[in-house]
Amino acid sequence: MTVKEEQTTISVALEDLLREVKGLQADGYRLVQIGCTDVGGAYEINYSFDKNYQFKNLRLTVGPDIEVPSISGIYWAAFVYENETHDLFGIPITGINIDFKGTFIKSGEKYPFSVTRSGGDRCRNA
Amino acid sequence: MPKRIVVPFGPQHPVLPEPIHLDLVLEDELVVDVVPSIGYIHRGLEQLVQKREFTEYVYVAERICGICSFMHAVGYSQGVEHIMGLEVPDRARYLRTIWSECSRLHSHLLWLGLFADGMGFENLFMRSWQLRESVLDTLEDTTGGRVIQGTCKVGGVRRDIGQEKLDEMHRALDPFEEQCRDLGDVFLNDDTVKYRLKGLGVISKDEAYALGATGPTARGSGVAMDHRETGYAAYGDIGFKPVVETAGDCYARCAVRVKEVYASIDQIRRAIDQIPEGPLDVKVKGTPNGEYFSRVEQPRGEVIHYLRGDGTKHLSRARIRTPTLANIPMLVKMLPGAQLADVPVVVLSIDPCISCTER
Repeated sequence: MTVKEEQTTISVALEDLLREVKGLQADGYRLVQIGCTDVGGAYEINYSFDKNYQFKNLRLTVGPDIEVPSISGIYWAAFVYENETHDLFGIPITGINIDFKGTFIKSGEKYPFSVTRSGGDRCRNA
Repeated sequence: MPKRIVVPFGPQHPVLPEPIHLDLVLEDELVVDVVPSIGYIHRGLEQLVQKREFTEYVYVAERICGICSFMHAVGYSQGVEHIMGLEVPDRARYLRTIWSECSRLHSHLLWLGLFADGMGFENLFMRSWQLRESVLDTLEDTTGGRVIQGTCKVGGVRRDIGQEKLDEMHRALDPFEEQCRDLGDVFLNDDTVKYRLKGLGVISKDEAYALGATGPTARGSGVAMDHRETGYAAYGDIGFKPVVETAGDCYARCAVRVKEVYASIDQIRRAIDQIPEGPLDVKVKGTPNGEYFSRVEQPRGEVIHYLRGDGTKHLSRARIRTPTLANIPMLVKMLPGAQLADVPVVVLSIDPCISCTER
């Protein structure tokens, strides 16, 4: 089976995130998804982009209390993924263009995928 | 200046059996802004991956959605196979393609019926679902299940389709295509349908791409992007070209799905013609250790199964990005400018699947 697709993952520092995302947008990449993974006391956030089946990930690793800037000023549609990431993991994401303030995913338990379970209470969006 | 009012749409609405809520900001009858809201029935299925063995989770993946269940199973299985370096036998790849295209057929025919119902065209709704029944019958004959097939597994497939049945399916394709073309002719050429859909909910190609739209929603705006082009399963062998329309309105999105029905019939025909003999699966040894973003083209667009294994029998993470979630921003952009009475048709034009969205 030959799949004509390339996947690359690049680690990115918090302070470089917006610059890297702007660069990808300027190169004509579309935003595919933003997903979060609990990596044992910290979160790994994958920002996935695609252009002609070239799949690129920017990987940001942050602690539960770290504020992450929204990329919705660059990719307008990012608000769905960022609100989801906030509501499920409790990650404070600042400056989302449409900020649901914790009501996008109406879970019975607050921040159900959170590492600390209480980490999200410190979230400014909540 | 007209007074602005907010009219709630959903979470329970006649055109959508699944819960999504839209706050529609209106000036008289004109929609000027929209705020979407989901998350009423979020099931947290992604977390179940940590409690089910990686070979068992395929059953959970299939149950994310009752319409494109087989393709969720393919997406998940392909991801694990890539991490573990498993080479799926050729016959299994072809069978996955045949069942995937049957799923696309029944999904598109289901949507065409719902769309016709949304327009108030009840006869067209009934005819679409009548044709869908024959696809479901084929799925039941070949897999044992109309909705949840249960035939895809890590390493291959669980069931074969015998040559006699494949020949029967092949013979049935010509009359079925003729019936589908008669149906499609109404959707594409009927004056009432055209009057109702043309120029409604327009999104340009650049806007669709920038919003990260996917599937027929993107292709209706001229974005020629379909993950089957990468050649997963047997698509690389049987050949594939995306169906694209350029107008970006509800009619264009409908036309893409109508023409994809014809294309799926052709894909099944070619897969049956070329399917090789051979084993159905490979033995799965060891446990997955690594990560992969597995991408598959579902009826509503590209689905992503991000899978991560740490060498144990449970995956440590499954993150599933479904096409409807990616298409919600498109919906927010396409509704302003529509009349209130057109909102159900515009909403349906992205073929929303909330079951997928609330995985």
